[in-house]
Order: sequence, then C-alpha cells, then structure tokens
Amino acid sequence: MTPFDSDLRPAPAGRPSLAVGLRNRVHRSEALRGYLLLSPALAVLGVAIIAPLILLIVMSTWSMSGFDMLMTPGLGNYAIIASDPIYAALLGRSLKIAAIATAATVLLSYPVAYFVAFHVHRHKMLWLILLTLPFWTSYLMRIFAWRVVLGYEGVINSALMSLGLIEAPMQVFLYSQTAVTIALAHAWAAFAILPIYVSLEKIDKSYLEAAADLGDNAARRFWRITLPLSLPGVVAAFFLMFIPTVGDYVTAAMLGGPDGMMVGNLIQAQFGPINDWPMGAALALVMTLAVAVAGLAFLLLTRMIRR
Amino acid sequence: MAATEPFHSPNRPLALYALGFTLFLYAPILFIPLFSFNSGLYARFPLQDFTLAWYAELWTRGPVFAALQNSLQVGLTVAVISTVLAVPAAKALARYRIPGKGPILGFMLLPLVVPGLIFGVALLVLVSRLGIPLSLWTVGLGHIIICLPFAISILLPRFEGANRSLEEASADLGENAWWTFWRVTFPTILPGVMASLLLTFTVSFDEFIIAFFLSGTDPTLPMYIWNQLRFPQSFPSLLALSTLILVVSFGLVLASLRLARLNRDLPGRKTS
Repeated sequence: MTPFDSDLRPAPAGRPSLAVGLRNRVHRSEALRGYLLLSPALAVLGVAIIAPLILLIVMSTWSMSGFDMLMTPGLGNYAIIASDPIYAALLGRSLKIAAIATAATVLLSYPVAYFVAFHVHRHKMLWLILLTLPFWTSYLMRIFAWRVVLGYEGVINSALMSLGLIEAPMQVFLYSQTAVTIALAHAWAAFAILPIYVSLEKIDKSYLEAAADLGDNAARRFWRITLPLSLPGVVAAFFLMFIPTVGDYVTAAMLGGPDGMMVGNLIQAQFGPINDWPMGAALALVMTLAVAVAGLAFLLLTRMIRR
Repeated sequence: MAATEPFHSPNRPLALYALGFTLFLYAPILFIPLFSFNSGLYARFPLQDFTLAWYAELWTRGPVFAALQNSLQVGLTVAVISTVLAVPAAKALARYRIPGKGPILGFMLLPLVVPGLIFGVALLVLVSRLGIPLSLWTVGLGHIIICLPFAISILLPRFEGANRSLEEASADLGENAWWTFWRVTFPTILPGVMASLLLTFTVSFDEFIIAFFLSGTDPTLPMYIWNQLRFPQSFPSLLALSTLILVVSFGLVLASLRLARLNRDLPGRKTS
C-alpha cells in the first residue's frame, strides 16, 4: 500500500466551525472548478449514452412496413410484446438464467473472497491476480472454451468415452440452459469476487477482536459482524453480475441452442436478420425495465432482511 | 483450536476450497492451448500428435494480422482517451465538494452494469440515423463508454488515498496548480494511470458485444474469431490464435503489476 495509508482512514474531519463564511464563499467556485474538470467526461458520456437512449425510446414507438420504417409514433410494438406470450416467456427465462447463475457465483465466490481477505497474509496480491487473471482474457474466448469442453465431441464427452464410461456422446451438455448458466457463472466470477473481497477487507478487525474478547465464537462473529458488514459487497456483486447477464446474447448464441435462447438473442436478431429495428428498440427497453424492476425488488429484499 | 489469534488461524478446508475454485476457473481456458498443439482437427480426446502446424497456418492468414492491427488501433486510442477523460473527472469527484456528486458518479459508473447490448443497439440507432458509416471509430466510441467507468473506478481511490498535505505544501511553497499537479499529484497517481491504461486497453481489446453491432467492414480480433467460428476447418487455428491472445493478456497484466510495484514508493522517495 502507499506510504500514506493512514490518510485513507476517515479522519475526524474538522466540522465547519472555523471560517464557515469563507468556506461558503470558496465553495461556489470550487463546485464550478469541479464541474469544469468533470465536463469532458460528462460530455462524451452524454453524447454516447443519453442521445442514443433517447433515440432508442423514440424509435421504439415507430413501426416497420416492409423494408420501410414508419415514423408515426405508436405503442404497437409494446402491445405486441404484452400480448404475445413468447416475449414474456423469453424474458422470464433470461431473468431466471441470470438469477441462478448470479446466485451460484456469489455463493461460491464468497468463501474464496473470505479466504483471501482473512487467511492470506503474505501473498494476497498473488491470489487476487490468480483469481482475476482468467477474466483478462476475451469474454468470447471464455465462452469458446466452454464450447470446447461441453461440445458433443468435446472434452467431457470424449474423455468419458476414452475412459470407456459411456458408449456414445451424451447430449446433455451443449445447447441447453444448463450450459448457458454454467458458462455465465464461470465467466463473471471475478465480478463477484472483487466487490465481496473489498467489503471484507474493509472490515475493521478491532470489531472482531472486541467480539472475541466479549466471548463470541467464530460462527457468531461471522454472523453478527463479518456477514452484515460484507453485505454491501454481496449486493454490489449481485448487481454487477445479474444486470449484464440478463442482456447477454453471446453465451446463449454459442452454447444455448434453441432451448437456451435469451431475450438478448431476440433483440440482436431484430437488428440483424429480422430487420425490425423499432421492435428491437422496444424489446431492449422492456428488458431494461424488467432488469430495473428485478434489481429494485432484490434491493428492497436485502433491506428488509438487514432490518 | 483455542488460538491467541482467532482470526488469523489457518483454515485448511477453506484453503482447499479456494484452490479448487481457482482450478475450476482455469480448467476450461487451459484446454484451448492444449488442443492448439494437437494435430487432430477436432478438440477431443484422445490427443493425437504434437504439432505446431496450426500456428504456422495462422501465420499465413492475412486477415488475422489486419484484425490484430484494428484491435490494437482501437484499444490504444480508447485507452488513452478514456484515461485522459477519467483523470480530471476522478480528481473532481475525489477532491471537490460538488453538489450532485453521487448521481454524477452513479451515471458515470452506469455502463458497468448496463448490458453491453443496450449500448450496442442504441449507438447503432444513433449512428445510422445520423448517416455515419460504421467503422473502427464507431467501435471506439462504444468502447469509450464501457472503459470510462473502469478508468474512473481505478483512479478515484488513487486520488482519495493520495496525501493531500504534500499538495498543500507544494502550493504553500509557491507552485501553481498546474505544476503542483504534474510534480506532486501526478507521480502519486501514476500507478493508477498506468493501471487504467492497461485495463481499458484490455477491456477494449477483448470487447465483442458492442463491436458486434458497431463494426463496419474492418473486424476487430474478437469479431474475426466470431466470424471464423462457422468454419470447422479453421477451428484449430482459432485455438492457436486464442492461445496467443491468452499469453499476451496474461503478460500484460503481470507487466502492469510490476509497474505498479515500481511506482509505489516513488512519491516518498522524491520528497526525501
């Protein structure tokens, strides 16, 4: 760590007892200078995020007639999405796959993050690098690797056949929702480990010492101190992984088969072969809304549990 | 085990679990290099003869080099732009009392959690409405969105952790803000800047989802791999290509760690 680590601690910040008036005067220009420094980044993000999203919303109200886009606004696309059960089913499946993969990853990663935070002392950095190194490789490549492993004539099947355990390749692996779930859980593990690790690492060890002095055993210390204090990291890990995975289409395209198709694949198809951009825009917005609602529900749930 | 140090006692089952977890993380990826040296056309057991033929074949593929060049071009540009944008932004967020700081930071980190698909299609819609042709520039623009949050989240702790009294001392000794930044602040955050450059480069270099929507006729390396996956006969050389990318990515990360270590003591040494 830096030689200035002590400054990281929340120093007992001087309450504005001295020279409040002066600070207030400086405050205005300070905020102005701050905004000035922020403006380049905000301008770029504004152009690249806000403008396209507004256009996406507008386009979702348009419609297609043959190869022409009709720019008369209407809610036709949303009506179709609401009435045809296939959209709800696909959306539900995407949310389910993402939720299972996320829950599995968070649960399985927590002990590892805990181990590195509390039981590794000399080679902490080495462990963190080891755990995150696979994620510096291309996302596409990690999915590709799973295809090699799970394929009909892939690693698992051919190894089992070489060992004489099965006669013919089993079909359960590739092109299923299970394959998609496994690959997603595996691909996003670093996103789960890091926030959990950070929140565990931040825990003031003196709390644990105090609890031990007062007679709490290891299990009680974990339940009453470590787990609640690391919950923000767990929640962060959940969001960091759940939201992007709902919208994933690459994994499903490479490993899912027809049964493992997700809503992302449909959106991609609307902008590709189906060529119905307004419908694709509407679907993308509905998916975003669904993710937001699911995320909000999860947040409320954790709030309730914490209370 | 009644220990004097109850939280630092070794925990063998936990250590074993962490080791197993790590093995599981690496297992699928390690099959890529394994089969890239296998003479069979299909990635399956039993292994056949050892061969370097797939690497040799890769060498003869012109489009691979074109794609590599495209990826490098986009990656370097994106890394520099997003880091340059992130340094002042992180400084403002860490040091200045700004109304609405929370929402601004939230907005800037939003791309970390919004599915890439959304940005991909939204930018595609904008760009096509404006009549801008798809090219490496549009890919780069998409990549900047997703790289900026990474750059900011790396640099923010650097600014928060840096010793402000050094800057104050510099100001007291008569340096202006500009020179204080370059001679005091910048050396302190340099490891963060390096890490940001490296991370954003890697993110862009590996990015596929946004590139899928915003690529024109020039493919990036991941796009090239995706397009080639349709052809079974190119599968082994894709394994070889993937192996090379793996080695380079791993090398980059390890190099960045070295750099960060070297730079860690720098500010302290300079002042002494």
